[in-house]
Amino acid sequence: MTAAQKPIRQTLTLHDTVYETVFTKKFANRKPYAPKDPRRLTAIIPGLILQVLAAPGDSVLPGQSLLILEAMKMQNHITAHHEACIKTLHVAPGDMVTKGQLLVEFA
Amino acid sequence: MGAPASALIDLPAGSFLMTMPKTMKDHAARHAEATGTHPEAARRQKAQGKRLARERITAILDQDSFHEYDLFVEHKCLDFGMEKKQLRGDGVITGTGTILGHPVAIFAQDFTVAGGSLGLAHARKITKIMDHAIKMGIPLIGINDSGGARIQEGVNSLAGYGEIFYRNTLASGVIPQLSIILGPCAGGAVYSPALTDFVFVVDKISKMFITGPEVIKTVLGEEISMEDLGGARVQAELSGNAHFYAHSEAECFEQVKRLVTFIPWNNRKKAEPVNAIPSRTEISLEAIIPAESNKPYDVRDVLKAVCDGSDFLEVQALWAANIVVGFARLDGRTVGIVANQPKVLAGVLDVDSSDKAARFIRFCDAFDIPLVTFVDLPGYLPGVDQEHAGVIRHGAKLLYAYSEATVPKITVILRKAYGGGYIAMCSRHLGADFVFAWPRAEIAVMGPEGAANIIFKGEIAAAADPEAFRKEKVREYTEKFASPYVAAANGHVDAVIAPHQTRDFLLHALEISEGKSELRPARKHGVPPF
Repeated sequence: MTAAQKPIRQTLTLHDTVYETVFTKKFANRKPYAPKDPRRLTAIIPGLILQVLAAPGDSVLPGQSLLILEAMKMQNHITAHHEACIKTLHVAPGDMVTKGQLLVEFA
Repeated sequence: MGAPASALIDLPAGSFLMTMPKTMKDHAARHAEATGTHPEAARRQKAQGKRLARERITAILDQDSFHEYDLFVEHKCLDFGMEKKQLRGDGVITGTGTILGHPVAIFAQDFTVAGGSLGLAHARKITKIMDHAIKMGIPLIGINDSGGARIQEGVNSLAGYGEIFYRNTLASGVIPQLSIILGPCAGGAVYSPALTDFVFVVDKISKMFITGPEVIKTVLGEEISMEDLGGARVQAELSGNAHFYAHSEAECFEQVKRLVTFIPWNNRKKAEPVNAIPSRTEISLEAIIPAESNKPYDVRDVLKAVCDGSDFLEVQALWAANIVVGFARLDGRTVGIVANQPKVLAGVLDVDSSDKAARFIRFCDAFDIPLVTFVDLPGYLPGVDQEHAGVIRHGAKLLYAYSEATVPKITVILRKAYGGGYIAMCSRHLGADFVFAWPRAEIAVMGPEGAANIIFKGEIAAAADPEAFRKEKVREYTEKFASPYVAAANGHVDAVIAPHQTRDFLLHALEISEGKSELRPARKHGVPPF
């Protein structure tokens, strides 16, 4: 076996025992957990920003529509999850957004 | 319940009943001791905003209906100092009772006794009441509040868990099983609730996980709180492990009671009918759905406009909200509802929504609850994450569940039914008994824009005015397929109905389907893609 073919040995510690093992591709590529920042609203689906219904400085209530995002043949209302004040709007009508892209930042 | 001790004292001395008061006094004393709670443990339980196990049982069951068994069962462990420990009821209370007149078997783990830890005697009390529930054909309700395995008992504790899981599986599809998580439920213990039909969680009280925050930190170096890892909200909204989310134990118990009234006692009985009442809403169905097919609305408004008393008990309301599932009644009889939700993610099918609907459909089929499906979806959600998360095998679960179900299956196409989504949402081709469509339903392989762009790709490019040519072809495709009439002409749709006729057609279809019987080829069981 050449060095290139040799699988990389990795270790996993479970209940105080160190196991020598090989990671699955999925496990090796996993993203470490990061808590969700409630001040950042990101796109749940890729699509086109049709309308912006709020402006920086606006105080918004839970359920209030902030943007209309056209995706999957639907004009989806992107709403605020909690009471907040808008700090920055990162999109404008006509923008194409990808999944996970930052749309709105709250103060 | 034992007679109060005071009633037993004043018997004449020397009477032939001399022995009675003694045994009865002894009985009362033993009973009081066995049903008591250690004051300090009770205080700690209350300090966490939790009720005591007995209070929970009383709150769920009809007044005075609880009958307890195995109160005096004790563990037989002789290791690690356990021989000196007496544990009341071995940390679990079991019995039977009624909820709004419906008989149920119930167990409640008692965190005040050795942290509700599960040893063999504790587990055997649970498996005994489970066996009763299966034999008697009554729903099983489990209240989970336990620190986990009783480590002193070693493999016997694991044996206990295994025997519970085995019975959860045997009982599946025979009796409804409800799990209420009112405390920690960690490690292997969570697999009992996971095998049951409905899991209830309460904010700040329920904690469910296989490995806790500390282990995760040691192994992977990731830091997370218990609440963010496996709290009620997470289980109800992100993981889909929980079906009902409540803010308090009281609200949770109301949800349990409501669910019990909708479902049958077992798979040989139909759900108890109630008096039929018309829908309560004044909103007309025509007014709920926007004219443009790309405008969202809340499909639950449609359900409320159609169902008895506008009464809809939503299951898994917070998870995969792009599909709505739950129980309602039509003409007093329970039906299971599955509906695309245009308000969330445009109502697409994806990994989670397919999974959610498939499980619900299988519950309804197992317990003889007719299925009513409301369709308005653009299809499956495109995306690398979806493909890599296995949308093929998860999506297949939905096709399987609908095709497998032999209960009456009625489908109403409200607006859009495109492509694979049309097939998956209980189409005629998956065995729907009745398929109705509203006049503006669009039933096609895809939306007119996309279809024209593909079919006439070459011609559009070659046309003198490509945009005008393209628009013309979109119009042609719209005329041909963006209606229910091609489907109706081919018998894929049984009737094109006006929205206001929906309830009438559903009631009649259900009445006609009352005696439905459909035989399938004999087999041990199918092999669904899970």
